[in-house]
Amino acid sequence: MAEHEEHAEHVVPPGVYAAIITTLLVLTGITVYAAFVDLGRFNIVVALLIATIKATLVVLFFMHAKYVPKRTKLVIISGVFWLALLLFMTLSDYASRVDYRGIRYPMTQNVTESFEHRA
Amino acid sequence: MHRTGTLYGQFKTLEQQKDTATLGMWIFLVTEVMFFGGIMLAYTINRHTYFHAFAMGSNTLSLGLGATNTLVLLASSFTMAMGVWSAQTGKKTLISIFLILTILLGFVFFGIKYVEYAQKFHHHLVPGKSFDIGYCAHNPSKCEDVDVKELKEEGERLEEAQKADPDLQAHAQLYFSAYFGMTGLHALHMVIGAGLLLWLLKDSVAGKFTAEWNNPVDIVGLYWHFVDIVWIYLFPLLYLIDRHK
Repeated sequence: MAEHEEHAEHVVPPGVYAAIITTLLVLTGITVYAAFVDLGRFNIVVALLIATIKATLVVLFFMHAKYVPKRTKLVIISGVFWLALLLFMTLSDYASRVDYRGIRYPMTQNVTESFEHRA
Repeated sequence: MHRTGTLYGQFKTLEQQKDTATLGMWIFLVTEVMFFGGIMLAYTINRHTYFHAFAMGSNTLSLGLGATNTLVLLASSFTMAMGVWSAQTGKKTLISIFLILTILLGFVFFGIKYVEYAQKFHHHLVPGKSFDIGYCAHNPSKCEDVDVKELKEEGERLEEAQKADPDLQAHAQLYFSAYFGMTGLHALHMVIGAGLLLWLLKDSVAGKFTAEWNNPVDIVGLYWHFVDIVWIYLFPLLYLIDRHK
């Protein structure tokens, strides 16, 4: 394909799309495989890491974020920033909570215990 | 408003017009990120607090159907990207073909989602009066669509979970509320996306999109890919909790 004429916008060639979709499908396979391996508390970390790699590939190539002007990139990054702020502030609050019995959040293992306290 | 061809008066060039449209769409998508982000935050806190119930709920989901839907949706993103490419390179017939493929894959997704939701109703897994997380484990004859080996594992997991969490039924409903809430909102976005694609198809068949002007294809493409990203996160979050046991 001759792409010599001056194009105002960047056209991503189908080969790149094909490579990206292949990577996405492979990563989906890996994420299912990883879910069946016991990684303890790191199962969720691996799952979210793979999901984030997939999302980044979609944003950069399918959504052309790699080729947009800087001000558009700023908007995209600001979205990620606000989301990180929302998650970080709320989760750090939960992580540092202590209830009236001096039990720290999360209280999953302490549900039974709290019933015994009341009894 | 003053308009020359497809160029509106406030813009100098078609390129500037397109950059502006893309910027506007991204600002909208940032609000969507915050919308789904809040829901996922609530999910995270509940999952952390009631992990046994969430793991139990997740293991009753059909991984096969969920994984298939993930592949279908990823494929639809690819056909959408190819649709945008066809528009950018001025291949008018190809735009329509790729739009139709994207819509078809969207409907395959709805079909599988319908099968999944119907299953949840049959298995008493919809939050409410008849909810029973142990329904299939206790009545295997009524859940013939689930593998016998899987049901046995489900029973073992159920016993463990009930020991760990005396209020398992209530907390499992919390999981299924998250499941229906999140997949439901995602599906709603897909319905809107499918509607937008049909609207694009009408204009594309009429030959309105050219290499110089194809903003609607590009913008709807951004929306469709965003919905795909939401599913990329929903799949591991809902289907893959504590599967390794």
